[in-house]
Amino acid sequence: MKRMISGFVSTIAAAAVSVCVFGSDIAFAQSPPDALVKAVTMDVTAALKADPTIINSAGKLSNIIEGKLAPNFNFNRMAQVAMGRNWAKASPEQQTMIASEFKSLLVRTYSGALSNYRNNTVDFKPLRLQPTDTDALVRTVIQAGGSPVPIDYSMEKSGDTWKAYDITVAGVSLVTNYREEFNNIVRDQGVDGLIKQLQQKNKG
Amino acid sequence: MILLRLFLVTITLGIASGCATTSTKVVEANPADPYETVNRKVFAFNTFVDTMFLRPIAKAYVAVTPSPVKKGVSNFFGNIGDATSLVNDALQGKPDKISGDLSRVFVNTFFGFGGLYDIGTDLGYEKGEEDYGQTLGHYGMRSGPYVVLPFFGPSSIRDTIGMAPNFALNPVSKLTSSVTAKNTLTALGIVDARAGLFPTEALLQSASLDKYTFLRSAYLQRRQSLVFDGRPPKED
Repeated sequence: MKRMISGFVSTIAAAAVSVCVFGSDIAFAQSPPDALVKAVTMDVTAALKADPTIINSAGKLSNIIEGKLAPNFNFNRMAQVAMGRNWAKASPEQQTMIASEFKSLLVRTYSGALSNYRNNTVDFKPLRLQPTDTDALVRTVIQAGGSPVPIDYSMEKSGDTWKAYDITVAGVSLVTNYREEFNNIVRDQGVDGLIKQLQQKNKG
Repeated sequence: MILLRLFLVTITLGIASGCATTSTKVVEANPADPYETVNRKVFAFNTFVDTMFLRPIAKAYVAVTPSPVKKGVSNFFGNIGDATSLVNDALQGKPDKISGDLSRVFVNTFFGFGGLYDIGTDLGYEKGEEDYGQTLGHYGMRSGPYVVLPFFGPSSIRDTIGMAPNFALNPVSKLTSSVTAKNTLTALGIVDARAGLFPTEALLQSASLDKYTFLRSAYLQRRQSLVFDGRPPKED
């Protein structure tokens, strides 16, 4: 049982790591997806090492995440997938609100979780990609003690830009994890109920 | 012995809960969680027990124990876990994992003062992270319904069955013949495991709209991934 628990802990702890692994500037936007993930990882790792106080400052963490991570995620798509068939039930205004609240929730959660992050190294798995591909799974591994934690980024190309629409940490897809929660809330309280709950969560 | 009795109670409750809920109607329930009504009650019970006892004890333990000691304790129980993993590597016939776990247990036990130091990790040996539940899964047993066990938390029928060999073999009991020492070790193991959960707890608190659902989904996904060594068959 302890093994199970500790496995789960590393899963969650790694979610934190994944954030700093995945930040970027616009400059990286036209790279292939694996190069993008790698460049961003280096970038953020360097930033974290340069200023060790980042980890203990919620404000600085949020800045890094907002500035480097958020531009590389397609939060609209994430919200859409998490909503599943309920997405169509939401008006365009509701969809915008859900995507924005979902983004805040993720950013807030990770900046908290990131404070557990210490010096870990990241391995990048080679990616085979055809020029015409618009969807890719970039695999990375965080070397966390004796139990390396795999982190996979589901990436999608739109125009010239690759963006992530899901992160799978140690086998746990974040979007899938939210899908059930969202589905239950919409079933019981409607789309507005979900928006309200997300807003409350983000305020709390 | 206490643990064994606890385990039996757990199983009985699990079965009883199954009977009790089959007639309960839950609208659009998750098919993986037919006992949700009872599971939620057990979840609430666990949360209560945790808030009242385990959590404060673990907090105190973290507060008063020097870091190297905490690390040593975690490594010690980690080493026992690696031994369990080794057994399951063998049961599943995975040579790479056997070699990794065997090396870990060997160096950590003999050069790491009985597992207090995790030299194996420094030498680059990866944990196999196998257990009996995964072994059952490896040989085709499905996870079965999700269950929340009293005291133990999230599990599945398969993983609950997988706990049995652990209790039967009870590695901690092999280490000493003194009952007091056994109980102390068992208690320390529980506190160490609980202390290790603080980061998860914080994340769960911050990330989830409904803790029960969030944890269930994470548990089921994680276990499925472990059974297939990180490459589960695609669903949808």
